[in-house]
Amino acid sequence: MLLREVEYVKPSSVAEAIELLVENEGARALAGGQTLINVMKARAASPDALVDLNGLEELKGIDLAPDGTLTIGAMTTYSEIVASAEAKARPILGEVCAQIADVQVRNRGTIGGNICSNDPTNHLPPLVTAVGARMTILGRDGERVVSAEEFFLGVYMTAVGPGELLTRVTIPAGKGDGFAAVTLGVDGTCIANAAASIQDGSLRVALGCVDAVPVLLRPESADADAVREAVRAAGLEPPSDVHASSEYRRHLAEVLAVRAAAQAAERAGG
Amino acid sequence: MATVASSKSITVTVNGTTYEREVPARKLLIHFLRDDLDLTGSHIGCDTGNCGACSVIVDGTLVKSCMMLAVQADGATIETVEGLAEDGELNELQRSFNEHHALQCGYCTPGMLMSATALLRANPSPSEQEIRKALQGNICRCTGYWNIIEAVKAVAK
Ligand SMILES: Cc1cc2nc3c(=O)[nH]c(=O)nc-3n(C[C@H](O)[C@H](O)[C@H](O)COP(=O)(O)OP(=O)(O)OC[C@H]3O[C@@H](n4cnc5c(N)ncnc54)[C@H](O)[C@@H]3O)c2cc1C
Ligand code: FES
Ligand code: FES
Repeated sequence: MLLREVEYVKPSSVAEAIELLVENEGARALAGGQTLINVMKARAASPDALVDLNGLEELKGIDLAPDGTLTIGAMTTYSEIVASAEAKARPILGEVCAQIADVQVRNRGTIGGNICSNDPTNHLPPLVTAVGARMTILGRDGERVVSAEEFFLGVYMTAVGPGELLTRVTIPAGKGDGFAAVTLGVDGTCIANAAASIQDGSLRVALGCVDAVPVLLRPESADADAVREAVRAAGLEPPSDVHASSEYRRHLAEVLAVRAAAQAAERAGG
Repeated sequence: MATVASSKSITVTVNGTTYEREVPARKLLIHFLRDDLDLTGSHIGCDTGNCGACSVIVDGTLVKSCMMLAVQADGATIETVEGLAEDGELNELQRSFNEHHALQCGYCTPGMLMSATALLRANPSPSEQEIRKALQGNICRCTGYWNIIEAVKAVAK
């Protein structure tokens, strides 16, 4: 499809990218394009200009610190995360990235784009929420670091403001993680999903596809009854669509939360 | 500072031939290949990134060319289905598709061939499971996939 008229620029540094976003009102960052290009075809958004982040090495790469903290550049692709030896320090990351769509999408799509688009059906917003990731946002006036709870604001809305970029995602050490989803076909779009993580003995469960942002719960234990109780207490009112009614999604949220929490508990113990 | 512009002069090497063209920023890579370079082997099946008929290899990486702008390919080396034949003869994988009846209408075939090519390069001895996973991004409405998988299996070492 012919896109609406748009301008394009490829900056050579992150600082330049920020300047271009600040100077050109109506400009948007282009990451893997695996959501944005479709959104532009559908005319759901028509940016005046695209600032291409591809090729900015500063935004790429996965670093594993001696204490086990992982720092992943926003422009790191799913395929790079799947293949990375460092990312195996937190195996759930590669496992979930390997379930996103297909080879071609994984070769282009980025961790930064996935969470910045915050499509409620995306895999990574609940995952980064459960594992307690911290997002670094850079603007003209400097950097700030926000938690997942502060990062996701609404459907397609995050704490990244105009003229700002997400530069990296920092994930603490850990291994007690779980993920479960019901999808449209193998590795398809999620109808509902849940990510879970046990850190210092306390459990975090994040539910996807049931609200505008991932719903974070803190069940008392990974025990199935405790997890079910926490999901019920959240009073979810998920959206209905052709794939699932609201009621069915609420049911799935419970089932998937139990599965993700059980996997997290098993791995935390082992 | 780099200039913001609605078109850009790009240089790309496609199947060994280097082209220099002025392209509007809004042009998708698939349209550049088909309309500007007349390489109509890569197909548009869905235009939403779902079907994989437009798959090509850009700098060694398999991508859907309807999900990328042509200007983003500046400086890149691109391989399309037209580049698979060797000295005018179908290559081993193409012959295997033919021998295994791995196509009916043929619409998905260019994308299937490029995905299988990328797989076999990275992993010359894929298992059936790995072949299935590698072709997940390519939809075929005719064959039921069975013979496509057989064709790829037959050239796996
Ligand atoms: C066929 C198909 C199936 C898919 N299935 C799934 C699926 O099952 N699960 C799933 O999770 N995803 C799925 N996706 C979406 C895919 O994962 C996208 O890659 C992802 O949602 C967006 O990442 P991107 O790098 O492509 O970003 P883009 O599309 O380039 O950008 C998305 C948005 O984020 C903004 N942005 C990107 N990076 C930054 C940054 N660093 N700082 C500030 N803003 C930024 C952009 O301006 C844009 O608004 C699918 C896509 C396709 C085409
Ligand atoms: S036309 Fe590109 S994926 Fe279908
Ligand atoms: S042979 Fe017709 S779509 Fe695959």
